Amino acid sequence: MTRKRRRLYIVVAAMTVLGLAAGLVLMSFEDSLVFFHSPSDLVEKPVPEGRTFRLGGLVEEGSFKKSGVEITFRVTDLAESVDVQFRGLVPDLFREGQGVVAEGQMNENGIFVASNVLAKHDENYMPPEVAESLKKAGNWKPKEDKQ
Amino acid sequence: MNEFFEMGGYGNFIWSSYGLSAGVLIFLVIISVRQLRQVERDLAPLEETRRSFRKRPVKEGATS
Amino acid sequence: MAIDLHKYANPTRFLRIANAIFPWSIVTTVVLLATGLYLGLFVSPADYQQGETVRIMFVHVPAAWMAMSVYSMMAVSSAAGLIWKHPVADLSAKAAAPIGACFTFLALVTGSLWGQPMWGAYWVWDARLTSMLILLFLYLGYMAVWGSFEDQSKAAKAAAILVLIGAINIPIIKFSVDWWNTLHQPASVATMDGPKIHSSILTPLLIMGLGYTSLFVTIFIIRVRTEILGRRLRMLRVNQLQE
Repeated sequence: MTRKRRRLYIVVAAMTVLGLAAGLVLMSFEDSLVFFHSPSDLVEKPVPEGRTFRLGGLVEEGSFKKSGVEITFRVTDLAESVDVQFRGLVPDLFREGQGVVAEGQMNENGIFVASNVLAKHDENYMPPEVAESLKKAGNWKPKEDKQ
Repeated sequence: MNEFFEMGGYGNFIWSSYGLSAGVLIFLVIISVRQLRQVERDLAPLEETRRSFRKRPVKEGATS
Repeated sequence: MAIDLHKYANPTRFLRIANAIFPWSIVTTVVLLATGLYLGLFVSPADYQQGETVRIMFVHVPAAWMAMSVYSMMAVSSAAGLIWKHPVADLSAKAAAPIGACFTFLALVTGSLWGQPMWGAYWVWDARLTSMLILLFLYLGYMAVWGSFEDQSKAAKAAAILVLIGAINIPIIKFSVDWWNTLHQPASVATMDGPKIHSSILTPLLIMGLGYTSLFVTIFIIRVRTEILGRRLRMLRVNQLQE
């Protein structure tokens, strides 16, 4: 009985230490675990010109413009926003008001030049009719997007 | 019917997801059943000799 | 409690219970998967944003759920094996591992097949996808450990320690989408303010989830039986050599 007790304590103690260690490691690597930076992050901690990183947020409503193969849009997190320039094909889910993650660099004019654009969708799923009637009824909650 | 298989142009992605899921899971079931049959086959003669060894002295069921 | 557990840890008793459940688990698996597939493919609507691709959810999400819950079950039973030396505990974890590995593999591949048309990439190294890939490696590592020891009790111990260390990854997978910015969207079903999926899509998803669980139970019973008989086989062979 005491041996079982002792083994129980050892396992519990080892798991606690392991959990704490993992927590500390993850906290210290926070920066590299983040897949993208939001426009607000950029205001807080600007990324130097020419360094490649990912910018994520929502495609601002009414900001999408297309001229030939070049497209421009604004990425917003509803607090700050950044102009983005991109040449190429965007994913099917790319649309105004939807999430987007672009990979690229800031240029000298403060415009984000993307080399790759990914669409990000949110956690809501519903049939189109339901979305339509929610919008009509005015119950459409604008995305309280994650930081 | 064709429309159903096209799935709004995403048929490839959708049907390969379903096909692969079915394939992997059915394969797992078959492998698992086969392994069980194999063990049962290997075990049968051993249990047999064991039973004949202790025919009378030990009563049935006391071994496991 | 401990005494009670020991009763169920007895291999013959365990097998008797498993055998009683077995026919039922087959029936429920077939019924649930058939219903889930029917509702998911024929009845449920396309999503307002993702269109028909939302149907990949019905095979992707249950696989991901199972990948994590099977691992959690292995961790609990490995801990029981280490602490109380239950005879069936280690074998249960060993029997569950290949099933969990298959689910993890399917979650990754179906996710990839969903990511390409929607996100525009088969794979990205975000925290959710990466931690899920690590889970697959943990499963494979666990199975490799069992295979690499001659002495089964040593193998059980080493494998149990590996599972418990890797268990740290489970909360990381679950909360990765909340803790860090990821391309993968946050949780839709298990959230504080209820599911964010319309009932017409949620129903087939939950039925598929139960179907996958039931399928797990079915395969698990077959595999545990194999493990228990395999252990007996080794024991009898050793006895035979000694005689």
